[in-house]
Amino acid sequence: MTTPLLTLTDRGLHCPDGDFTIDPWRKVDRAIITHGHGDHARNGMGHYWTAAPGVPILRKRLGQYSPVEGVPYGERRAFGPVTISFHPAGHILGSAQVRVQRGDEVWVVTGDFKREPDPTCAPFEPVLCDVLVTEATFAYPIYQWPHPDTVMEEIYAWWQRCAAEDRPAVLYTYALGKAQRILAGLNAFSREPVWLHGAIDGLTRLYRDAGVTMIPTVPVSEMPRSDRGAGRLILAPPSAAGSKWAKRFRGASTGFASGWMQVRGTRRRKGYDEGFVLSDHADWPGLLRTVEDSGAKRVLATHGHTDALLAHLQGLGIEAQALATPYGDTEDG
Amino acid sequence: MNAFAALLTALERARSTGRKLELLTAYFKGAPAGDAAWALHLLTGRRPQRIASGPELRRWLGEATGLSEAVLEATYAHVGDLAETLALVLPPPPADITAPETSLQALLEETLAPLRGAGAETRKRALLALWRAYPQAPRLWLNKLITGGLRVGVGEGLTLRALGQAFGLDPAVLQHRWMIPQPPSAAAFEALVNPDNATLHWAAPYPFCLAQPLRDGALPPHPSTAVLAEWKWDGVRCQLVRREGNTALWSRGRERLEDRFPELAAAAEGLPEGTVLDGELLAWAEDGPGPFVELSRRLQRKRVTAALQRAVPVRFMAYDLLELNGEDLRPQPLAQRRQCLEALLTPSPAPALTFSPRLDNTSWESLMALRADARSQAVEGLMLKHEGSAYESGRRHQSWWKWKLDPETVDAVLLYAQPGHGRRANLYTDFTFAVWDRGALVPLAKAYSGLDEATLERLDHWIRRNTKERFGPVRSVTPTLVFELAFDSAHAAPRRKAGMALRFPRIHRWREDLTIEDADELETLKARLLPHG
Repeated sequence: MTTPLLTLTDRGLHCPDGDFTIDPWRKVDRAIITHGHGDHARNGMGHYWTAAPGVPILRKRLGQYSPVEGVPYGERRAFGPVTISFHPAGHILGSAQVRVQRGDEVWVVTGDFKREPDPTCAPFEPVLCDVLVTEATFAYPIYQWPHPDTVMEEIYAWWQRCAAEDRPAVLYTYALGKAQRILAGLNAFSREPVWLHGAIDGLTRLYRDAGVTMIPTVPVSEMPRSDRGAGRLILAPPSAAGSKWAKRFRGASTGFASGWMQVRGTRRRKGYDEGFVLSDHADWPGLLRTVEDSGAKRVLATHGHTDALLAHLQGLGIEAQALATPYGDTEDG
Repeated sequence: MNAFAALLTALERARSTGRKLELLTAYFKGAPAGDAAWALHLLTGRRPQRIASGPELRRWLGEATGLSEAVLEATYAHVGDLAETLALVLPPPPADITAPETSLQALLEETLAPLRGAGAETRKRALLALWRAYPQAPRLWLNKLITGGLRVGVGEGLTLRALGQAFGLDPAVLQHRWMIPQPPSAAAFEALVNPDNATLHWAAPYPFCLAQPLRDGALPPHPSTAVLAEWKWDGVRCQLVRREGNTALWSRGRERLEDRFPELAAAAEGLPEGTVLDGELLAWAEDGPGPFVELSRRLQRKRVTAALQRAVPVRFMAYDLLELNGEDLRPQPLAQRRQCLEALLTPSPAPALTFSPRLDNTSWESLMALRADARSQAVEGLMLKHEGSAYESGRRHQSWWKWKLDPETVDAVLLYAQPGHGRRANLYTDFTFAVWDRGALVPLAKAYSGLDEATLERLDHWIRRNTKERFGPVRSVTPTLVFELAFDSAHAAPRRKAGMALRFPRIHRWREDLTIEDADELETLKARLLPHG
């Protein structure tokens, strides 16, 4: 029996024959990174390979001179007897699925992905494989995303309602990916500048440099202290909620954009005034469609919420198991 | 239905009481009387009988979506709320279809009511059609009506305030009328809110006056001698109404109880026409109050047998006189009402009908000593009421206090967890705790409240990572965590595994300093808490 192409170790998803590890969470020499979110791209690896459009994001996270090499989507790289290639995952700018091939055996690691349209990154590209390692963040049939255009309309309408009441609208959203997706979506509605928290501003510049068209933005830090943002839309990471920074926006209506907002208990518990169902992860139909498109006979699911998906795939006669990874701990829905 | 569903959605999102009041008032102003009657019924906590059981609904959902039982089971466990699971798993109706205009009254009376008790196939067909017709948001509330699980976090007081505002009614008048429960109908609703309606049912009790708790060693801002002190009895708060040659016994939950307690109905015949007493219904042993569980035996029976009457004698312990000879005494000072009460019940017309004795109030020290002794008197503590206070209907009185005993506590191990409801729907918040019995952990109590939101989140995380087994929405966890539970009292419960049960258990604190070996032993608890071994 030959060694498995990929195997889960205490460091990550490791390829013994190619001697590399995908999205490692502990120190390895050779790291293949699916995308720049913190739970997938960590410091301290000897060398990094990632999809070319993701290089600036990775450098921003890991340091300007970190050993990161960009590989264009679809281009093959050999690691000993194993070849790898990156394919768009549609999750955020530069996000990729990793195709791993040895002889005629093909595995695909999706990383985080979605099937909904997103103007800030290349759309998901189905890749045929024998074994699919898929994320399973929203792997329950209650997660069926509304069309993103509808959600953008809702966000814009909320902003306008707040403006009419002369209140700030503070929208909490993940700083990398989701924020820029919203800024790109709002471009269809308005040319009124959106205010950005510092953590979002820097990343948004990277997106602009990559040629993504978005609504005009200004960093909050450049606005006069006396301006309390009435009538403005302000984007900030969830960690800023309740902070001193947020106190400036007196009387603000708060919103949160996340797939988790689909469930009423979560929505109420988080305590935001508005919940917008917008996720950069695949919903239930998206997961099933991706398994089907891949033609895989075996599916390994990561990110924890795997029980319903595994039961469903097993019912379809597909061999399906869970992989225990620490991804998704930040619940970046 | 759409307006009511929109109201429920908005209420759930409302962050302030003021906003909720606004929403409710606007709804009552705009709704047709038949709808408003049903809305009032549902908002004040009355629940419609369920139309389908959980397993039936899951089966039909499976048929409608092609999803397997295992998938739906896991999904339900994730969401923690069946009505919501159903609303979200079903595909949304096509965007160009608008929800049916059926009124709330028509939906409940014409569509849902006939389904109760109908054959499974009929109910299934009807529900599938309803699910297809409604968008996700109203579908959730529709499902809550179907499962009988509708809970709205507004409370009776707020709903009545809104109703009063909507129709320009004096809240006291509305609350008084409200004391007589009515089946929901347009006519009953119109009578309830008509400002010119002066007739009141003969049996109508007065809205109850409530006391506020005394906390953290605080004392009332009066000399002790200006305060009437009594035991805080551990029974059921009731009003005994004697008018027009008839007797009514009302619980605070607006339930008529006189048929269950014929000895009290008989005793009341000795009262003058137009008398209303406020007091406590108690199980009564030879020389003092019996345990609350004894009284429950009487409450559970709609028709009482002579044997049960003998086995569990009861007593009405009157502490206030609200009406005498047809005159409303509520505005009079308590001292005066009290004098009339004692005169009225001396001698007492029957052993089952007496007044609650005054306790020695010469000093706060003497009252503290009495409170310290309350447990041995089988009471919950002391009641303190300012002698000059009027009987303020339907709200917490500023000059009435309940001065409860300090609770008992037990250190117990977390064994099972279950998601809560509403805001806590997919958060594990309902816990079962165990204590040691000869080397094994036996479940002792369930507790829901007592932890703050941040701790609940942390605990939820822990539970998801330390789950041993799942039984539907319930998870068993590896016994690791110890909690201190507070409770008011304990009683023997032979049908429970532990052989005992706690009253009002709640979580006092998470004992992160203890390991499961430090949890309490059942034997020592029984020795400490159960009076008869």
